[in-house]
This record gives sequence, structure tokens and C-alpha cells, in this order.
Amino acid sequence: MLGMYRNRLTRGKRRLPGRLLAQLSFFLLQNPLLSNFFNGTIYRGGLKRICTPGLNCYSCPAAVTSCPIGAAQLFLAGARRGLGLFVTGFLLAAGVAFGRFICGYLCPMGLLQDLLYRIKSPKLRLRLRFARYAKYAVLAVFVLILPFAVRHPLSGLGSAWFCTYICPSGTVFGALPLLAANESLRMFAGPLLILKAGIASGLLAASVFLYRVFCRTLCPLGAVYALLNRIALLKMRCDRKRCVSCGDCARACNLHIDPVKTPNHPECVRCGDCKAVCKERALSYAFGAEKKD
Amino acid sequence: MTTLARAKRWLPPLGVLALGLSLMALGLWRGESRELLQKAVTVCLECIGIG
Repeated sequence: MLGMYRNRLTRGKRRLPGRLLAQLSFFLLQNPLLSNFFNGTIYRGGLKRICTPGLNCYSCPAAVTSCPIGAAQLFLAGARRGLGLFVTGFLLAAGVAFGRFICGYLCPMGLLQDLLYRIKSPKLRLRLRFARYAKYAVLAVFVLILPFAVRHPLSGLGSAWFCTYICPSGTVFGALPLLAANESLRMFAGPLLILKAGIASGLLAASVFLYRVFCRTLCPLGAVYALLNRIALLKMRCDRKRCVSCGDCARACNLHIDPVKTPNHPECVRCGDCKAVCKERALSYAFGAEKKD
Repeated sequence: MTTLARAKRWLPPLGVLALGLSLMALGLWRGESRELLQKAVTVCLECIGIG
């Protein structure tokens, strides 16, 4: 019995590099111009008119596509003062098709946190239940309300508040590589950079001990996909006829979700760890409309 | 499962998907992707926390 359990765990561990490979591949697909990290420049071609579903800063030197959260703020803060229809539609379509699978497999910030969590260290549990609701407040205040409402008195334009004051992806993949490679930008660095570097380093340090701390507490993109996760077409399905309620899946979940009770929980990033340890093969991915949890 | 029950299950995801794709098409028609391109090809120092 124990041997069987060990075999399942080993199989689970063998699956993990598969997800890592998918994450790395998608990172390279969104950020193929790695040489720009050394030039200190960004891509200026036509592909930037499209968004990719992860939190991938368009000021990252290697990026060839745009970040949907940056783009949403751009339209709200612009002269037209409107919700960008293209980016809103993109977020709805991507979110309802894949839900938080995007966080688990396609987001560069998720990849970075997953790599940090692999560092051997004591692992902690995020006990503050309300912390996961903070990301909805970040989405409402920093992405929607402030860029729309607060305007420069002369230009009449707003700012991208989330990008300016919080986004660790912009700091790690955009600001720091640009500053390292481009000497002319260094004279502009000021207190804002210290604030943002502090936020990013705090979150990354916490990611070593807490699984996906940024995705769970502050990411506005995670909030959008979490809202759509229950009705998303890509689902986790639990076959209750096969399930023997052993609890292995709930113990394997780094997000402390019980996939038997709520296989499509808003926080589930579809990492598949629960599926990998299930001895009865009761958990599987499904695509389509299913019964509600 | 009745056809009505099945339709009720498919309605929310397909409705949101259709809404999303329609908004994307409308946004493209309004030239929003061009607007996005104009902004995304310049380094916004304030946006990435440098300025």
C-alpha cells in the first residue's frame, strides 16, 4: 500500500518538470528576444499590438507582446477614458476558456515564483483567509478606479497605478534589466524604484516559503481569472464514483484546496499535483461545461 | 440530463466567450490594437517604476 503511494508520488514528481517545461516554453514564446537584455532596448515591432494572457511586462527587453493589465490601464488612463474593448474582451475570452490554468502554465511571474518555491526551505501556510481577497481590491482600486479617476491637471491623462506602484513583474523583467544594461536610464532612477524594488524583493523572498504568494494575494490578473475559474471551459473534474476520500489530493495541494469538495476553486491554478497523487485516478482535466461544484 | 439542463450549463461559459470575442472584434474595429502598439513600443519609465 505504502509502495503504491510512493509510486504515485514519484509519478507526481516526474510530472512536475513537464509543467516547468511548458512554463519555460511559454516564457520564451512571449520573450524570445533575450539578446535585448544585454542591449538595454525593447522590441518595437507590430506583435505588440496583441496581448498574451500572463503578467508579462511589455517593457521587458525580451517581450514581443503586451501585458493585458498594462493595456487595460493604458485605455482607462488615456484621453478617451474608456474601458479598452479589445483588452477587456481578450481577458474575458482567455479567462473563460482556460481560467487559472493560465496562472499555472503560462504566466512568467508564476514561473518565477514556482522556481523560488523549489528552493529547499521550511514551507509555510498562508493562514490569513482575507489575504486572497486583497487581489480583488488591487484590481478594483489600482487597475480600474485610480487610472480612470486621478488625472494630471495639465495633460488630463491618468497613470497606470498598478504598474507604477506595485507590479513586481515590471520591476523584475522590465526596470531592473533595462537599468542594468542601459546607462542612460540610470539617471532617472529615484525613490519610486526603491519602493518597487522593495515590493518585488519582499514578494520574491516570501515566495521561497509561501506558494505563489503574489498570485494569491495581489495579482489583479489572477483576480480576473479567479472570477472566471468556476465557469471556465478547462476544468478539473472529480469522479466521485472512483474517489475513496483518502485525502491525498488535499494534502498534496500547495494552495490548500480540497479538489474533491471544490475541484474548480477560484484559487486552483491547475498545477495537477492533486491529479498526480490520486491512486484511484478520480481527478482529471476536462474541457466543456460541467456540473457546478 | 435534459436538453434544458445541458443548455443551462453551457450558457454561462459560452455567453462570456461570445461576449469576449465580440468585444475584441469591436476593439479591433475601433483601432485599439494600433493605440496599444503606439504605447507599448516606448519604454514608459514611470510605468516600470524608474521615473
